[in-house]
Amino acid sequence: MIPAAFDYVEAVSAEAAIAALGQHGDEAKLMAGGHSLLPLMKFRLATPSVVIDIGRLSDLSYINDGGDHVAIGALTRHAAVETSDLLKSQAPILAHVAGEVGDPAVRHRGTLGGSLAHGDPASDLPAAILALNATMVVKGPSGQREIAATDFFTGFLQTALAADEMLTEIRVPKVPDAGWSYQKFNRRAQDWAIVGVAAVSNGSTNVALVNMGQTPLRAAAVEAALGGGASAADAAAAAAEGLTPPEDLNADATYRAHLAKVLVGRALSEAGAG
Amino acid sequence: MTVNGEVRSADVEPRTLLVHHLRDVLGLTGTNVGCDTSSCGACTIHIDGESVKSCTMLAVQARGANITTIEGMATNGELHPMQAAFMECHGLQCGYCTPGMVMAATSLLKENPNPSETEVRIGLEGNLCRCTGYHNIVKSVLTAAGGAA
Amino acid sequence: MTAVMGTPMKRKEDPKLLTGEGKFVDDIQVPGQLWMGMVRSTMAHANIKGIDTSAAAQMPGVHSVYTGSELADMDLWIAPLPCVWPVTPDMLNPPHYPVAAETAHHVGDIVAVVLADSRYEAADAAEQVVVDYEVLPVVASLADAVAGEKLAHQDLGTNQAYHWALEPAPEAVEAAFASAVHTVKGEFVQQRLIPAAMEPRGVLAVPSPHGGELTIYSSTQVPHILKVMFAATTGIPEQKIRVIAPAVGGGFGAKLNVNPDELLAVTLANRLGRAVRWTETRSEAAFSTHQGRGQHQTIEIAADAEGKIQAVRVHLNADMGAYMMLITPGVPVLGSFLYTGVYNVPAFGFTCDGYFTNLTPTDAYRGAGRPEASYAIERAMDMLAAEVGVGPEEIRRRNYLAGGEAFEDLETASTLVFDSGHYGPNLDAALEMAGYSDLLAQQQARRDAGDKKELGIGLCTYVEICGLAPSRALAGLNYGAGGWEAGTVRLLPTGKVEVVSGSTPHGQGHETSWSQIVADKLGIDPNDVTVLHSDTAISPLGLDTYGSRSLSVGGVAIAMACDKVIDKAKQIAAHQLEANLDDLTFEGGSFSVKGSPDKALAIQEIAFGAFTAHNLPDGMEPNLNEQVIFDPPNFAFPFGTHVAVVEVDTDTGGTTLLDYIAVDDCGNQVNPMIVEGQIHGGIVQGVAQALYEVAEYDADGNCKNPSFLDYLVPSPTELPNIKTGFTTTPSTSNPLGVKGAGEAGTIGSAAAVINAVCNALKPYGVNDIEMPATPMRVWQAINEGSQG
Repeated sequence: MIPAAFDYVEAVSAEAAIAALGQHGDEAKLMAGGHSLLPLMKFRLATPSVVIDIGRLSDLSYINDGGDHVAIGALTRHAAVETSDLLKSQAPILAHVAGEVGDPAVRHRGTLGGSLAHGDPASDLPAAILALNATMVVKGPSGQREIAATDFFTGFLQTALAADEMLTEIRVPKVPDAGWSYQKFNRRAQDWAIVGVAAVSNGSTNVALVNMGQTPLRAAAVEAALGGGASAADAAAAAAEGLTPPEDLNADATYRAHLAKVLVGRALSEAGAG
Repeated sequence: MTVNGEVRSADVEPRTLLVHHLRDVLGLTGTNVGCDTSSCGACTIHIDGESVKSCTMLAVQARGANITTIEGMATNGELHPMQAAFMECHGLQCGYCTPGMVMAATSLLKENPNPSETEVRIGLEGNLCRCTGYHNIVKSVLTAAGGAA
Repeated sequence: MTAVMGTPMKRKEDPKLLTGEGKFVDDIQVPGQLWMGMVRSTMAHANIKGIDTSAAAQMPGVHSVYTGSELADMDLWIAPLPCVWPVTPDMLNPPHYPVAAETAHHVGDIVAVVLADSRYEAADAAEQVVVDYEVLPVVASLADAVAGEKLAHQDLGTNQAYHWALEPAPEAVEAAFASAVHTVKGEFVQQRLIPAAMEPRGVLAVPSPHGGELTIYSSTQVPHILKVMFAATTGIPEQKIRVIAPAVGGGFGAKLNVNPDELLAVTLANRLGRAVRWTETRSEAAFSTHQGRGQHQTIEIAADAEGKIQAVRVHLNADMGAYMMLITPGVPVLGSFLYTGVYNVPAFGFTCDGYFTNLTPTDAYRGAGRPEASYAIERAMDMLAAEVGVGPEEIRRRNYLAGGEAFEDLETASTLVFDSGHYGPNLDAALEMAGYSDLLAQQQARRDAGDKKELGIGLCTYVEICGLAPSRALAGLNYGAGGWEAGTVRLLPTGKVEVVSGSTPHGQGHETSWSQIVADKLGIDPNDVTVLHSDTAISPLGLDTYGSRSLSVGGVAIAMACDKVIDKAKQIAAHQLEANLDDLTFEGGSFSVKGSPDKALAIQEIAFGAFTAHNLPDGMEPNLNEQVIFDPPNFAFPFGTHVAVVEVDTDTGGTTLLDYIAVDDCGNQVNPMIVEGQIHGGIVQGVAQALYEVAEYDADGNCKNPSFLDYLVPSPTELPNIKTGFTTTPSTSNPLGVKGAGEAGTIGSAAAVINAVCNALKPYGVNDIEMPATPMRVWQAINEGSQG
């Protein structure tokens, strides 16, 4: 399994990467750690004619205290997120979920921004970002803009990023005292979640679901039920409401919906919600 | 790039996977290819001391990197303590997954020098073996950790 | 010299493998080599109407592109790929050539091949070949094949390849069922498995255009068999062919075949005068390497009021896949003899129908027929226990051969003579090691507390048939070869020893175990022994490694060769010491004269004397160099008791293997460390079948999960430590009293795990669950069971 040939551009800055994206259009792909893109390229499911390597933009690898939030550079490796003391104290669910991605070798190379920009509904990190109400900072040719996590994932492997935009920073609200839980159900530790649930309870409760639709998504019906005063158990029963879960070898839609209910129940309980 | 302490430079086609560069160009065939989906870990090497799956990295991404492969683990004819522990505990049979296991396990101990059995099993989640049933691999890593302490 | 037999000597193989020094096929490069890129059928059953290779031929680095029909016209082969086990005289066996010329019969059937200068260029060019298919109806499952509405091979007119029966006493079986107090019937699916040795297969064929020789490096378990088969299929003179199996990264049966890719490499290298090579990719392996299992089993037991078995009746439908590979049809036949398990079965009947499908061919996979048999009888025994109302351990005890007491050379209803067994103490040991009664109490305590995580305890008491095999027994099964093995022991002038092994390792540690045998026999340091193997030029005689045969046939041959060396050395010693043969004793590597301890000769001194040949008895040939070809008088029958402990989360259906206890009996052991390692690995492959693995196909015959993303080979995280114990009942089939250990774990574990899952789910009305017991399946079974 070998990628098809492509031209390689090594970006020396975010601006240069954005300019290269503008120049090559749809034919180009940004590559950070490569752990989302390269597997697709090896099966020739992705055949970009230009790969723009942003992996060396070390100025986009950081975890900083931003006052009311933690600012994380898009090129920060999963392993750095997992082991960050700042995140462990201010947004512990994100550090925990970063440690659930793939395996240690994958976490040494894969990046937070790369994973989020890939927008895979079966990925762990988007759920944590959604449950945390994080903000995505993106740069394009005309400057920088912010996108709420809840507006970021727009379709299957699609995000709100324009073709010539690049995710540069993720801003995570500090929630040091929030209850939280991440429930991941799979058959092998290294695998994607069959269903995953991220819950953050900080007064109100945010619940996000992994692999329950076309995109990473919030469990709107659960949140509404909790907001309306429902018990955790009753709210969990609404976990799959309004959703069309995918079907694969591990789970049909009925079983996925059932798992979502069980795991939301466990997540709410662990997060101390409802 | 620096590989096992030696500076090695080459022009490569951009699509060349790092594992193929190491094996086919540099002749370092100890790093193996066991799958095509970053699942099995047979190709695990160290970049700056951390485990990385070299099948999921382009050679060009490794420009300037400090790489260690299984060939760089033994020093002065002495097996690395992890290699010695695998031999002591019968942590290998056919030996195909072994270089990747050794590289993953040494990286694991660097991050967690005193792991529990469960932590070893979780730490090796990305490395598959078909021969040993893992029992003796886990024992090897725990033995190496004990020896290092 | 301290004893080395029976000690856990560290492996001689390890330093090379641990440092990257070991060379697997893909590690070996030769100048001028061409890489094959396979163009594989994307259709499971289709006529090939045309192939356009023009774009591929123009790609950079491409040497040539050949379609199936072009290759057929090149007269590269004189016979189709071999099947050496035509189980019945009328078995159907459609011709199978390396490349399909007219019709592709499974997804992955090679339809064209590209030769290019590099791995990358071969892959690029193969992608550019355009094939025009006329799609035919697809037999996409064993059920499709049995239904017979569609044909896997149109010209055969049927999907059924053969009907095989082992019915020594059909009337007795009928009578037993007619008068039985209890009967149980189990229907089980042995799902298709992808063997998934960690090293993908590969081949490198290096010709000598002027000398005419051909050296083939193959990732194979069977270099000797390959040599014969390459000669028989290509017409290349056998003596010109040399096959080398370098370091081989696991086999498990998947590397005992004669494969289309190998034959292509051999013939193209020979024709073109260039080295030709290929290395399988993991996702390709689902199509290019045979799969295991693929059976539907029906087993019935008739028993009396106490649950004592009166008869066992079995029918199998077996999925051959698209073609008969080397021993495809024989796999279920090999298992047939073990459907009576370790039990006293007065009457037994077995029938098997083999069917073609348009799927990847099946063939041997760890245990080959025997795990399937063990699974069926051990699942059925649990059903019988429930029917009779006794515990699973009690139903087994009541039915053990010889009442669980020690026996030797006991004839069973399946016509085999079991070499030795002693089942009762083995069960006792396993139950005690597992803390069985305590486990049952824990299970009840959880239930009483309303715990939604159920504990399940499963037993399996297996027997396996290994040490393949007595050649005459194989003749009776219509197998196309013998079952002997060769071993040579050669003392070098300096007193060191070279051993030539006919059986070929791929992870089993032959170099170490054989050194131990020789060191023990000759009274020398095992580090003075080197074992040569896996190269037909160095080890010309051999039948290789499969069916847990290496030690009980090949290792025994080496032990016997040592005895011959000692006999000859003794004659030399008597001659040189001027003593009577009867007055000589051999101990610690030295011959001495009884009563005159100063008159002694070390075997190394005798070796040097035999080399110079200055002073040998009249007529004696120089050198100590003895070969034995051992053909065992009987198989060996290892046995054991396995206990699996699982936790089933009834909310999610997720099953966790909490604990695994295995007490095995493989007779005498040469290296207990290696034996234990074999048991561990075998167990996990059976656990993998029970809980994780299945090759899934869609209605069009596409494998849906060829990669390791979806084909779930378990990782360390999913598994517990394994507790092993042993009893020792020496075999009567060979002078070392050894049996075999390579497949035992797999033969015991799938049944133990599924018995445990069913045990956990008993309160939910679940009596059976199909493998693999995925979380979804378990959850569905709980729902259906509770509603039913």
